[in-house]
Amino acid sequence: MERMATAESYVLAIGTKKGLWLATSPDRSNWAFTGPHFLMSEIPSVGIDTREVRTRIMVGVRSEHWGPTVAHSDDLGATWSEPAEGAITFPADTGAAVERIWQIHPDAESRPGVVWAGAQPISVWKSTDGGEHFELNRGLWDHPHRSEWGAGYGGAAAHSIVVQPGGDTVHIAMSTGGVYRSLDGGSSWEPRNRGISAGFMPDAEPEFGQCVHKIAADAGIEGRLYAQNHHGVYRTDDNADTWTSIADGLPADFGFVMLAHPRREGTAWVIPLKADGERIPPDAELAVHRTDDAGATWLRSTTGLPDHEYNSVLRDAAAVDSAEPAGVYFGTRGGSVYASPDEGETFTEVAAHLPDVLCVRAAVVAGA
Amino acid sequence: MSCASGRQWWPVPDITVVLPSVLQPLAGGQSVLTAPADAAVTVGSVLDAVTADFAILARRLRDETGALRRFVNVYVDGDEVRRLQGMATEVEPGQEVLVIQSVAGG
Repeated sequence: MERMATAESYVLAIGTKKGLWLATSPDRSNWAFTGPHFLMSEIPSVGIDTREVRTRIMVGVRSEHWGPTVAHSDDLGATWSEPAEGAITFPADTGAAVERIWQIHPDAESRPGVVWAGAQPISVWKSTDGGEHFELNRGLWDHPHRSEWGAGYGGAAAHSIVVQPGGDTVHIAMSTGGVYRSLDGGSSWEPRNRGISAGFMPDAEPEFGQCVHKIAADAGIEGRLYAQNHHGVYRTDDNADTWTSIADGLPADFGFVMLAHPRREGTAWVIPLKADGERIPPDAELAVHRTDDAGATWLRSTTGLPDHEYNSVLRDAAAVDSAEPAGVYFGTRGGSVYASPDEGETFTEVAAHLPDVLCVRAAVVAGA
Repeated sequence: MSCASGRQWWPVPDITVVLPSVLQPLAGGQSVLTAPADAAVTVGSVLDAVTADFAILARRLRDETGALRRFVNVYVDGDEVRRLQGMATEVEPGQEVLVIQSVAGG
């Protein structure tokens, strides 16, 4: 959702298990950090909205003691606001309570003010006032599959939201439940998981129930998406009607991250982890893999990354910016954050010894 | 507050709610909030009363279903309300409601 700016600078937001760090840079090499913001609160989600004159940073905040909330800042973290009644709260008739905000996703440039959110328990929310107040998506909340959706280790949540820039198609991903698609802007939802296996279920290829970890939309071809699953890396070219494996050429088909290039067709990144039993990079060698041909082949990049790494990279702990060339960023559960100004060819460690990194977002902004 | 009993009037003490320091900024800097009551009322209604002007404080203590957050402990004169009747626990005028954050986090 970021946009190109004339006088460019860069903003990097790092949500961790114990607070938020923000950084700005004129060149993506030198970063000036502030933080921790919200010290001792978990930051599982962050969104940077650059669609209007101001840059708004929105964060999902969760205190073990005081619960979840959503806050926003229009001055790069100097001050924070949250609506008194809460930005995301379940209507009384649901009998539910928000546990964690997993995703904050500004909509397309053509829909300024619209922000989507995904939450635990499994729910999708939509704001039309720039993320200050969200409304529960009833189509998904009342879905007849709800009682059959499950929880991954981190909880049952809708964690990925992909909106079609010029239309009403919305794809979401939930763990566990899989990919669901709406063709009417979110009024109704259907599972779209054909071709995606679920080896942890009796039926290895169910209609729904898959544990999808992250989805992303291709920048060039409408209807093409990528998915990193709990075992399995997939692509669809038909708007998620069918999925095919693109895991060949990767050292492992497990992982949490799936990133797509902001402009270039066929380019995506994953960060493989070995498997269920060993959730570390294969052979403890942290590597980012990029495809430039929609998953037919993969390029492995380790330049600037440590010789060994025993921490995993979580689903939202990676991001791309919209600069040219695109920047790639990710953080580990060991508290290191790496940035690449050259589309993942080379990385530099820009932060270390932070708490577990839960989410990373980066944007190009004017000024800052 | 005062109330009548026969012909004699006497003051009835308020119910006091003591907040931990971390929550006091959400209550205008106050460490103690007071809820007037003529008779026994529930803990839930006491919290409703003292947070009526502090909506964010209310959300920190209880979720949108009204349930006390898991790691928020509330005591009435030293007894934790989960061991009593929860939010339906009765509080007498003059009693103290103590809010304490539980041990949590890592």
